[in-house]
Amino acid sequence: MFTWLHKMGSPPVLYRVAERAAPWFKWTSLVLLAAGLVGGLILAPPDYQQGDGFRIIYLHVPSAWMSLFVFALMAVASAVGLIWRLRMAHAVAAAAAPLGAGFTLVTLVAGSLWGKPMWGTYWVWDARLTSELILLFLYLGFTAVVNAFPDQRTGDRAGAILAIVGAVDLPIIHFSVKWWTTLHQGSSLKLSGSNIAGSMLWPLLVMVVAFTLYFFWILSLRVRTEILRRERRASWVLSLQGVGGARGGAR
Amino acid sequence: MHSWHEFLDMGGYAVYVWPAYAVGFVVIAGSGWNARRGLQQALRRARRRAQEVKR
Repeated sequence: MFTWLHKMGSPPVLYRVAERAAPWFKWTSLVLLAAGLVGGLILAPPDYQQGDGFRIIYLHVPSAWMSLFVFALMAVASAVGLIWRLRMAHAVAAAAAPLGAGFTLVTLVAGSLWGKPMWGTYWVWDARLTSELILLFLYLGFTAVVNAFPDQRTGDRAGAILAIVGAVDLPIIHFSVKWWTTLHQGSSLKLSGSNIAGSMLWPLLVMVVAFTLYFFWILSLRVRTEILRRERRASWVLSLQGVGGARGGAR
Repeated sequence: MHSWHEFLDMGGYAVYVWPAYAVGFVVIAGSGWNARRGLQQALRRARRRAQEVKR
């Protein structure tokens, strides 16, 4: 584990791993996204109470999952960066933050548009919605803090502390529907199973996997950008394929 | 779903379903487009620096 971490801590190794993994993530995520959208928007039957309005679930739930997953990943990467002083762990966290913010924004907007016909309102200050909104501010705050200092290492450390402390919001979001009386329904997917009908469930699971793979595709692009920016004076960057070498590009 | 009209109408919920997917598409696809553009720019900058070093 530690050997693997230190190997990935090397900028040229991480750059090449991200470059090689990108096409796999790209094509599997795009195929699964297409399958999930056809399944969710066309093949799944309408809900007996919510009609076709429930189809927002195929956007809302995968985005919500990603909003939590990405911040958890950032918190772990930040802890690794602080404890083992791996600069590339901070680069991964910085590359992931804008993507997490995007997923959180989609969660809030899609949830709001789902809430209007089902609850009669776009927004209520209940525990689930408010804690998810706080998560969006945490993402924005992290990005602002990382870029606020002229010295990259100071920014990385400040951002890492924010990500680790901010991770407290993740269990609050998850358990908010149990801890408090909220308008928001309980979890649709659980490790113990789901009470959603199979014909409605499979597109949801496909979309969750598709969003996760899509995130890793875009993360691999952003990590390479972040490495090129942070290592711009390093000699290995100048001998890269697509830079000083023959081919390569933004796959 | 039996027809295009039925699909687009979303059982009367089109005004909520399609804007949600439109926002989702713009934000998620936009983040992908932005990441690709950022990498292309970073590679161009690195290429320019490599040429300067060669000279």
